Amino acid sequence: MKTTEDTSTAGRGGDVRLTGIGKTYGSFTAVHPLDLTVPQGSFFALLGASGCGKTTTLRMIAGLEEPTSGTVHLGDQDVTALPPYKRPVNTVFQSYALFPHLDIFENVAFGLRRRGIRSVKKQVGEMLELVQLGEQARKKPHQLSGGQQQRVAVARALINHPKVLLLDEPLGALDLKLRRQMQLELKRIQTEVGITFVHVTHDQEEAMTMADTVAVMNAGRVEQLGSPADLYENPRTTFVANFLGTSNLIEAEVDSASGGELTLKAGGGKLVLPEARNSAATTTGGRVLVGVRPEKISLTHADDAGEIPGGRNRITGRIADSSFIGVSTQFVVDSPVCAGFEVYVQNIDRDVRLVPGAEVVLHWNPAHTFGLDAGQSLLAGTVGSAGVGTVEEEVAR
Amino acid sequence: MTTVTEAPPPAPAPPEGKPPRRRGRWTPYWLLLPGLLWLVVFFALPVIYQASTSVQTGSLEEGYRVTWHFAAYGDALSEYWPQFVRSVLYAASATVLCLLLGYPLAYLIAFRAGRWRNLIMILVIAPFFTSFLIRTLAWKTILADGGWVVGTLDTLHVLDVTAWLGWTVGDRVLATPLAVVCGLTYNFLPFMILPLYTSLERIDPRLHEAANDLYARPSTTFRKVTFPLSMPGVVSGTLLTFIPATGDYVNADLLGSTDTRMVGNVIQSQFLRILDYPTAAALSFILMAAILFMVTFYIRKSGTEDLV
Amino acid sequence: MPFINWLKRRLVVIAGLATLAYLLLPNVVVTVFSFNNPKGRFNYEWQEFSTEAWRDPCGVSGLCGSLTLSLRIALWATLGATVLGTMIAFALVRYRFRARGAVNSLIFLPMAMPEVVMAASLLTLFLNMGAQLGFWTILIAHIMFCLSFVVVAVKARVMSMDPRLEQAAQDLYAGPVQTFLRVTLPIAAPGIAAGALLAFALSFDDFIITNFNAGSTVTFPMFVWGSAQRGTPVQINVIGTAMFVIAVLLVLVSMAVGNRRNRRKA
Repeated sequence: MKTTEDTSTAGRGGDVRLTGIGKTYGSFTAVHPLDLTVPQGSFFALLGASGCGKTTTLRMIAGLEEPTSGTVHLGDQDVTALPPYKRPVNTVFQSYALFPHLDIFENVAFGLRRRGIRSVKKQVGEMLELVQLGEQARKKPHQLSGGQQQRVAVARALINHPKVLLLDEPLGALDLKLRRQMQLELKRIQTEVGITFVHVTHDQEEAMTMADTVAVMNAGRVEQLGSPADLYENPRTTFVANFLGTSNLIEAEVDSASGGELTLKAGGGKLVLPEARNSAATTTGGRVLVGVRPEKISLTHADDAGEIPGGRNRITGRIADSSFIGVSTQFVVDSPVCAGFEVYVQNIDRDVRLVPGAEVVLHWNPAHTFGLDAGQSLLAGTVGSAGVGTVEEEVAR
Repeated sequence: MTTVTEAPPPAPAPPEGKPPRRRGRWTPYWLLLPGLLWLVVFFALPVIYQASTSVQTGSLEEGYRVTWHFAAYGDALSEYWPQFVRSVLYAASATVLCLLLGYPLAYLIAFRAGRWRNLIMILVIAPFFTSFLIRTLAWKTILADGGWVVGTLDTLHVLDVTAWLGWTVGDRVLATPLAVVCGLTYNFLPFMILPLYTSLERIDPRLHEAANDLYARPSTTFRKVTFPLSMPGVVSGTLLTFIPATGDYVNADLLGSTDTRMVGNVIQSQFLRILDYPTAAALSFILMAAILFMVTFYIRKSGTEDLV
Repeated sequence: MPFINWLKRRLVVIAGLATLAYLLLPNVVVTVFSFNNPKGRFNYEWQEFSTEAWRDPCGVSGLCGSLTLSLRIALWATLGATVLGTMIAFALVRYRFRARGAVNSLIFLPMAMPEVVMAASLLTLFLNMGAQLGFWTILIAHIMFCLSFVVVAVKARVMSMDPRLEQAAQDLYAGPVQTFLRVTLPIAAPGIAAGALLAFALSFDDFIITNFNAGSTVTFPMFVWGSAQRGTPVQINVIGTAMFVIAVLLVLVSMAVGNRRNRRKA
């Protein structure tokens, strides 16, 4: 049984601190020892492909999995040895795990009753109002829609005022439209109650929409941690560059460095990379991976190449494919330095000459260029590479 | 602890037995102990006792001693081989009949019954609640000499055919092999229908539509899609029918005659009337070995070892 | 031709209903003959309509005594087999332990063995031990052969249970005991109930194993067996019919209640 001290301090508890926490199953390492601090009141996302260790990490915080090494602290309290039913932490489970034999009211009241609270009626009523399910209190879980079940699961966990709310792929079973709606809804609830949320997801868009801080995990390790914008603009590994959105990566050679800028040779041309945005150790003559996001690039037909302002990074190529998306058109451009360069162009003034086969110049502000260590796979984190499944595969699991 | 070879989604991980509460280590053994002890003492041990009894000699008055008298097996087989053959023959016929009769009904409940499904299900199970002995006795009335069943069969000259085949004797049905097989079929039919229904019910009706869409006529759909998918039900249904039917002696006793005695009848009378325990034990042991051999062979052959 | 086509389309239905008739015919006969007034000792031929047996169902000596004995044995056997079987089922699904294969075979074998073999070998054991045949030997035997069926029924249910439900309970402050009582047991209940019902039916209706191990004790099936040799009183049909009707009514009522509850909640 949870003691009353736990509840009285619930919600104001401090940070979640993971110190050297790791998990191995026999010879398989699910999570390499890692340190992680989730600040109180933040919305924190663990993002990664299935099998990357994110759910195991979450379950170690919940107490459902015993860490092989390391400790879990909630504020000043070491909870590593506490069983799940003694931790001031609640979980919204994947596919919800609502008790099928209890109605909605009793599902939500479950945690309160287990802690010996008698008069639960008012609290449960309020909680059901918060998630807009007041009318459904006496229905059984199977009589509700997926979205409603999802909200019951959130209500059932939140009513206990946990120090941390853990969400394990909470939106995975919902269709796209409902998922978007619930993302905003969860964000609203989090802001309202101010509880720390730790959210596990494989959907990078979901993580970026909702979280203040995202930890990208790969093969049992945290690859990079930061705000969504920071991760997107300054990926430090090819995995992050490819897993969050799309990146064009070019292998280049360092030519010279001056005034905070690196000049690189790629193919026949030169590219400029701000030193501040380079995460690779570079020496003159060394190799580096140059990246740029598809929406940062402008596309100009080769006939108009003279009109491109100076000082921009340029690459020439030929359009291999184009698809019209509505708000934008996505081009695939083959160039000598990189086959299959992706470029997204806003549909403001469409140039009718930009059709497959057309010779074009790609150019962008050097400030948008980032540099990565050349010793990694160019394809890490792309769909189809090891450890990364498609969304369909994820849902099927 | 579970050994998870694949990565996290730890759905199969058992919630108990995971530290910090190490208390789970001995729990499975405590849970298993009483039940398994019961089965060992009252099921496994008796089989061993019986094996030893079968090689004993002596008499009821002087007591029995183990003398490794394996001749009991030879004697039992040479004396009672007709009963053994009959048991297998009757049980096999009843099993085939159960499959032929039960399949349409299971199919009907699974795919065609609509809102009648529950009612038909109840009607299949409900007879269980009347003692099977009472229901078996009712067959004495149904198949009685001069009854309407026998009368009809006689008029249609069916009895001439069955008599020629040796299934019936004269213009009687009662006290003939046909009556015994009919009783066995009746008694074990639900054990065929229920597993068949379970495996048929799991078949997605859209598979039929897909087969039809891909140019299969209804009969082809059945042969190529429905029947193969219902194989687990067919296998467990035939086992559940054949095994008890082979050892049955109630039907042969109530509906048959001395010419239809099965091995169960012999074991029963040796044990309970003649009190020749070694012979009875030897017969029982042979029956057990034969059935285990046949069942293992059958399961291997039908490739559904995961069935059990 | 239209008739042939009509027949072809309904062949399965017709064959299925014919099988159903075959299954139910003996029950019809049992019911009809419960109103018979037979001339001799045997109730196999129709004579004349009479409700005498219905007015005095216990009018044959030993009949109702054997019935209550069977009920008593069935209840105790159900209780024993359900408790032991449920424990085994939970151990099999939820834990890993040595000799799992051996345990599984020990559970499977009693179901794959003809009753007469089990009956004869158990009798051999009892004779060797010099045990007094009667109520207790019957009960021991019934628990033994019902056990496996309970294990199978409960195992199926527990296996299909999402382990996350128990984790959710633990996450919501339920300790191991609370988790078991509030979540595991209620969800496994239909499987346990199915196993118990099966055990009851098997025990109540068992003849072969009882016949070997009963000594001079007479259960209801043994009473029927004995009367088949000596003379069948009409009261047997009355009891058979009553059990059939009560069972069907109970199922129908429980279904109606379930339906109405579902409709109200929806």
